Amino acid sequence: MSGIAIRNIRKSFGATRVLHDVSLSIADGEFLTLLGPSGCGKSTLLRILAGLEVQDTGSIEIGGRVVDGIRPKRRDVAMVFQSYALYPHMSVAANIALPLRMRRLSRAQRLPLIGRWLPGSGPVISGIEMEVSRTAEALGIAHLLNRRPGQLSGGQRQRVAVGRAMVRHPAVFLMDEPLSNLDAKLRVQMRAEIKDLHRRLGVTFVYVTHDQAEAMTLSDRVVVMRDGEILQVAPPQEIYADPNDMRVAEFLGSPKINMVDATMREPGLVDLAGSALPVACEIAPGSKFTVGIRPEAFQFAEHPGPGVITGSVRMVEHMGSDLFVYFDPCGLEHPLIARLSAERAPHIVAGQTLHVSVRPDQLLVFNRDGRRVRARDVSRTNPSTPVREWA
Amino acid sequence: MSASLPAVSRLAQPAEGAAAKLSSRVSLPRRHSFYEAMWGWALIAPALVFLVVLFFLPVIGVFVIAFSDWQFGASSLSFVGLANFREVIFDEGFRASLINTVVYVVMVVPGTVLAGLLIALLIESSHSCRALYRAVHFLPFMATATAMAISWEALLHPTIGLVNHSLAALGLPVANWLRDETTVLPVLAVIGIWQNLGYAMVLFMAGLKSIPLDLYDAADVDGADHWLDRLRTVTIPMLGPVSMFVVIVVALRAFETFDTVQILTQGGPGHSSEMLLYTIYRESFEYLRAGYGAAVAIVFLAIVVALTLLQARSMDKRVHYQ
Repeated sequence: MSGIAIRNIRKSFGATRVLHDVSLSIADGEFLTLLGPSGCGKSTLLRILAGLEVQDTGSIEIGGRVVDGIRPKRRDVAMVFQSYALYPHMSVAANIALPLRMRRLSRAQRLPLIGRWLPGSGPVISGIEMEVSRTAEALGIAHLLNRRPGQLSGGQRQRVAVGRAMVRHPAVFLMDEPLSNLDAKLRVQMRAEIKDLHRRLGVTFVYVTHDQAEAMTLSDRVVVMRDGEILQVAPPQEIYADPNDMRVAEFLGSPKINMVDATMREPGLVDLAGSALPVACEIAPGSKFTVGIRPEAFQFAEHPGPGVITGSVRMVEHMGSDLFVYFDPCGLEHPLIARLSAERAPHIVAGQTLHVSVRPDQLLVFNRDGRRVRARDVSRTNPSTPVREWA
Repeated sequence: MSASLPAVSRLAQPAEGAAAKLSSRVSLPRRHSFYEAMWGWALIAPALVFLVVLFFLPVIGVFVIAFSDWQFGASSLSFVGLANFREVIFDEGFRASLINTVVYVVMVVPGTVLAGLLIALLIESSHSCRALYRAVHFLPFMATATAMAISWEALLHPTIGLVNHSLAALGLPVANWLRDETTVLPVLAVIGIWQNLGYAMVLFMAGLKSIPLDLYDAADVDGADHWLDRLRTVTIPMLGPVSMFVVIVVALRAFETFDTVQILTQGGPGHSSEMLLYTIYRESFEYLRAGYGAAVAIVFLAIVVALTLLQARSMDKRVHYQ
């Protein structure tokens, strides 16, 4: 049992408030990602979990035990740092062995040269050596055990850092942007390895990143943070498709979500980019709000008509199976981006007129504060309502 | 300075390599590399001239004198082969001087390194009055050694000195520190440590600042959170390169100690505080035996160079850079 409960954590550095009343619970064995731009407090929260920082108020529970005021080594957590933080003067084997040596040997037994010959240390040291080689074997770095970190590639260092965390079987793995120092190709490969590691070990992982692809591919649940607050906690699909907050919608997805100012014309019909679109939520007529439309929510339409947005194409990017089309509907300052299937919209060129439609349930409505205004039950129960019926 | 020459030729190499790859008809890269080399020599020329005039020529001069019977100020000399060196080897005074120097260095180097490291750690561990402590400890290194030696002389005066007064007030035994064969060398070593420790401290503080904080965090998580374990796991090993530099510089400075000996003891009592540089000075400029002095100087130079190479090689193996 190694779930984590985070209750009302606040933290300030001097006058800067880094975390405002953060609460979160993490299930045993879950892979949870803290996602957000730099400075959002995600790393600080992780460091508080590790015991490297002390929260101003609030409490942390790991495996049902309150760990406030308990030193990092007694929390049963292991951490992988962004810089890997390997001890550069020690061999790979010594790096991985260190957490075990610190726990199992007395200070005298850890002395260089003579420590090995003190009573009782022989069997413990051979035990440690066996576990180190088993861990190295599992990570595919057994042939590197005698090297120094400086002689390793980025990916190999990463594995050593994971090995050092893994070797003592912690209840919780904390990872602070572990892939951000790797090149793009290696990052994808290591991402898969971390996923696999989680599956094999089955322990709780808390993973900090600013990379949405890592968050989406690795996590059971994603916590989106901004300015020291949690904006949303949900599985990756839900975070993407059903964001709570404009900042969540904007942070996730590439190309970025289109945000368009809109006015309610009459119940169920919204004025947006020069067209009247059906929308599935109840807002008072005349009120202004913002509508988010994912680029892939646009459908190519042959003809103009009710519920169809029309604009002139500014630029087309061919991405193989998809086209990114930048077009200017009348009345908008910035172009909208549509991600259209290359098969269905084959010969779009810059300068031509483009017609696109959007399903009403794909319009994400946000109020002036950036909070999401949810669709009413009508659209929930009948999400595949064809556009024509609304026209 | 001597490093500039290889650096220049290294600069020229890629251009030469490129020239070799192209066919020989294309002479442009070759001419280009020639100009580059010329520029390199032109740029180092001023420094090279000074190096030759102020360093290489005097050293050659010392070598020439060491093989002659030249007396300081004499208008003629004749070469005597290895006679001066033979005399150096069998001279009791020289042997005492050499042993004193080695003992002094063996006391000063560890003392300076340990005290410098300790003070650097103490200052870094607290936030108050950092600049003050730093300045206070660095001052002896900055101050004129001669003036400081005179102050020490006053402090160590057997009857009116503050040291003996304080010891007497505490009921401890007093001594004639600079006139006693058993105390004179340790006292000079303490003064040497006091002079150099500010320098070691500043270097160690810079070294401490460059240790990534992540390593301390990792040590905390890994269980090395006792101060002794942090010191052994992170601080000391990461200070390796700085320590090597400090050891070499302090050892060299200790070897060439002169001012304190000249002002406080003149090598006495007997030969008990005579050190190599003082011997060279006394033989060459007081007894005017320049040939003998030059031979001692060459032995001194050989010891210092050998020691530097030995230290660099032995510590290089156990020191991690990066």
